[in-house]
Amino acid sequence: MAFASDNVVEINGLTFRRSGRAIYDNVTIHIPRGKVTAIMGPSGTGKTTLLRLIGAQLRPDAGDIIVDGHSIPSLGRSDLFKVRRKMGMLFQSGALFTDLSVYENVAFPLRVHTQLPEAMIRDVVLMKLHAVGLRGARDLMPSELSGGMARRVALARAIALDPMMIMYDEPFVGQDPIAMGVLVQLIRLLNDALNLTSIVVSHDVHEAASIADYIYVVGDASVLGHGTPGELMNSTDDRIRQFMKGLPDGPVPYHYPAQDYRQDLLMGELL
Amino acid sequence: MKQQRLDLITSFITFLRRLGQFGIMRVESIGRSGVFLLLAIFGRSGFGSRYQLLLQQLYSIGVLSLVIISVSGLFIGMVLGLQGYNILVTYGSEEAVGQMVALTLLRELGPVVTALLYAGRAGSALTAEIGLMKATEQLSSMEMIGVDPLKRIVAPRFWAGFISMPLLAAIFSVIGIYGGAMVSVDWLGIYEGSFWSNMQQSVNFADDVCNGVIKSLVFGFVVTWIAVFQGYDTLPTSEGISRATTRTVVYSSLAVLGLDFILTAVMFGEL
Repeated sequence: MAFASDNVVEINGLTFRRSGRAIYDNVTIHIPRGKVTAIMGPSGTGKTTLLRLIGAQLRPDAGDIIVDGHSIPSLGRSDLFKVRRKMGMLFQSGALFTDLSVYENVAFPLRVHTQLPEAMIRDVVLMKLHAVGLRGARDLMPSELSGGMARRVALARAIALDPMMIMYDEPFVGQDPIAMGVLVQLIRLLNDALNLTSIVVSHDVHEAASIADYIYVVGDASVLGHGTPGELMNSTDDRIRQFMKGLPDGPVPYHYPAQDYRQDLLMGELL
Repeated sequence: MKQQRLDLITSFITFLRRLGQFGIMRVESIGRSGVFLLLAIFGRSGFGSRYQLLLQQLYSIGVLSLVIISVSGLFIGMVLGLQGYNILVTYGSEEAVGQMVALTLLRELGPVVTALLYAGRAGSALTAEIGLMKATEQLSSMEMIGVDPLKRIVAPRFWAGFISMPLLAAIFSVIGIYGGAMVSVDWLGIYEGSFWSNMQQSVNFADDVCNGVIKSLVFGFVVTWIAVFQGYDTLPTSEGISRATTRTVVYSSLAVLGLDFILTAVMFGEL
């Protein structure tokens, strides 16, 4: 049981299929409490799907997902919404409510889940915005923000209720180097300062490896390997080496499966 | 010959299989929309605590539809007055124009045309709005904040549509009657006293006004249901939203016209 309490999320024997194709096949992943864990893997391997399974926006075909002692797939609708209040999630697009200002976006979870007086809501919102460096942008609308700023506002909103864990869905995609540096620093700082547990889904090897305490590499519907960033960088497994070093060819082929090149070209003469 | 017969049987079986698949998909979709509606409107903390959201939606669905409803009502009433006069004058009973305009509007054109305009103006907007919220992950982020989008987004829109429709239909009919009066009394010179007294004598509150209100309530229910479900169930892509918006207008229009026949048959057809 001591082992169980060390993990915020325990995924055991997870199988998930979409349109008959197995995205995950009997996968086991444990997310340790208080750490930054990166889920990495090539695009299209179902990393975001994993976050949606943890958040119960998707239901697994088999296996169990336990979040802080709650078996997520077996929870009823109202219990599920209660458990979700303990989770924060940063979506790839930020997913800010476009009809609300930055201030109101961050205040939204506080208004719907607490009975705090307006003065206290204001203080909390300003503190959260200050933590992400955007206190001065409180009156802007989401359409007036850059991509990086939108993600930071979404991060402030995600931590508004002081959740026990935050899931980041591809936080570094499409960011300029400054915005990326800010986000990398923020994820680590917030995790340590607020005693959170962070799950970062990413395929940006260097950024994710620089902040992660532990990494799972997923692909081919299974966990290809896991370990600390140092262990994975020195892995002898071809598939992990190819991914971690960014090699263009290897077990994941450069070419999409096709018929023989020569034959394919010769077919043109028959036309 | 044997091969041809075999091909024929194979294609017939394929046709049957596709027909079956189509049927199952339709039934599944209807079932899903039913569950969706029940969860949205009868779930806990649905209606009572959300009056402010309801007021906002009453404004955007009801008040903002007033211009198109008023202008259409005016023109349809004017056309009815003109056509009614031209037909009735040949029988020397042009004083009955008031009766004809009022009954046509209250029983049929008021609820039906309002519902069609409502589907085009507010229904399509509802679908596009909810669909876009889905595509930009706003619904997902709301779920992860622990707020049920069915209660927060769908329920207020549904109730606002249900409440707005009979009011819009009533406004349509009243403006239409004044449009009819404008043409037949002010322009074509029918005696004002007989125009209004004929109308007063022939219009029955329970049979004509109440049945018209019942029709508009049914249309409001169905059109808003279709609109919010299509938005919620859309594929989260630009093409998906475009198709869902089109489906809302097509399905709503067909449902309104089909239901109108059934309701008319039950209310006025001595069935």
